[in-house]
Amino acid sequence: MSGRWSFWAQLAFTLLVSLFLIVPMILSVIAGVTVNFIQGVKSGLTLHWIADVWSNYSHTIYLSLLVAVACLGATLLLGVPAAYVLARRQSRWTRLVEELLVLPVAVPGLATALALILLYGRFGAFRNSWLFILVGHLLFTLPFMVRSVLAVLSSIDLATLEEGAASLGASFVQRFFGIVLPNCRSGILAGALMVVTLSVGEFNMTWMLHTPLTKTLPVGLADSYASMRLEIGSAYTILFFFMIVPLLLLLQRFARAAEGARR
Amino acid sequence: MRQARQQRENLVLLALIAPAAAVFTAFWLLPMARLALIAGTGPDGLAAYAAILTHPRYLQSLVATLLLSAAVTAAALAIAGVAGLFLARNRFPGQSLLLAMLTFPLAFPGVVVGFMVIMLAGRQGLIGEIAFRLFGSRLVFAYSMAGLFMGYLYFSIPRVILTVMAAAEKLDPSLEEAARSLGAGRWRVLRDVIIPGLGPALISSGAISFATAMGAFGTAFTLATANLVMAASLSIVLGFVTWLALALARSAAGAGVAAAA
Repeated sequence: MSGRWSFWAQLAFTLLVSLFLIVPMILSVIAGVTVNFIQGVKSGLTLHWIADVWSNYSHTIYLSLLVAVACLGATLLLGVPAAYVLARRQSRWTRLVEELLVLPVAVPGLATALALILLYGRFGAFRNSWLFILVGHLLFTLPFMVRSVLAVLSSIDLATLEEGAASLGASFVQRFFGIVLPNCRSGILAGALMVVTLSVGEFNMTWMLHTPLTKTLPVGLADSYASMRLEIGSAYTILFFFMIVPLLLLLQRFARAAEGARR
Repeated sequence: MRQARQQRENLVLLALIAPAAAVFTAFWLLPMARLALIAGTGPDGLAAYAAILTHPRYLQSLVATLLLSAAVTAAALAIAGVAGLFLARNRFPGQSLLLAMLTFPLAFPGVVVGFMVIMLAGRQGLIGEIAFRLFGSRLVFAYSMAGLFMGYLYFSIPRVILTVMAAAEKLDPSLEEAARSLGAGRWRVLRDVIIPGLGPALISSGAISFATAMGAFGTAFTLATANLVMAASLSIVLGFVTWLALALARSAAGAGVAAAA
């Protein structure tokens, strides 16, 4: 009897928490397609604001996509081999490397951005190009790729598999592409989704690193929140949701599949 | 023969990790070392660090940041602890949808979270509107400490829920059964079995929410000072506090795990 009561009380509480998170999202979607938000939905629905945002800010969306894809490529090239090494050799040194790689996530993005500007700010061509932002995103996302791949690699007996292949005459390149990569596919995929999601949403560091010509989506969002009417900020937020929500759904699905496999 | 192979393998492994190490050294270690040096050897030298503690305005902000971060962490742990425990221990229709809704904001950057708070508590926000209908006066608190509190809460809840759920699913149900069969009531079981079992998860997710609140507020504050040396030393102090919170949590969680085993 009291068990039922407690169940419903907890369910109600959890629903309230989810409302706290979801209601503002719904409100901003409504505001983005409403003619005048103060008057409410009865003032009519329109796609005018979204078109406005597209003509003013579409370059930020393209830049965010470019940076995210480049960041993914770079984390794959740097992170997967690094994770492989960390899985093969477990010593004090590799643990230190693992710890160090996570620092750019633990330290406020502002500090990293400030440090980058101090050291590399005077190289104008680099400072003003999108590559400068890519470097920041790369530092921030690399540990997620490394950890994700490392987690999968640590759960399989890599040494035995490789030894077997080597005794059959497989070269290192053959082993790496024939055994290592196929075995950590799920880790690479989860890491890749994480990297793209984080890169598209990164703001703290990017805000310091950007120039007027290299604004990413979140920087443009901050700009529109500060200087445009609420409807335009909301319409822009809708476009952001369009990019980020599919990525999140994929990530969640993936996490569930991984959990299912572990059981 | 075998030694030669071993040596070649070491070289290959070194070559594989070298690119990541080079990029990390060039773009993070060196710039950060330089930043620390500048902050320490500016016109005021180490006084720049001391100013944070001696200058009343800076000190006040630092204390306000600490208090706010601690309050947010406590609230997030309590709220997300209840919701996470509930979701992990019950099965009901619509549960996965509820969980999806609770974890959506996970990848929202700070700006978007801020906008969500404005949507709720800003000048044209929902809470203001409801208060206006009920009491005839608009309640607007998005632009104050309460708004910051709400924003960090919004940011932290999804993270803590996920961690608590993962830990709750690993709890050994036989411990709880044993406690019950020995006559422990619901609250007793919660206090003596479940919460200690979740301890490490609560500590580590609490540390993360504390660190994000510290980092984010510090960013805003640093930008407001507009003095490069001051900004550098502040961001390093904040970075250090963040790192310390995370390291302490890790060692506490580790000890907790060891004690449970």
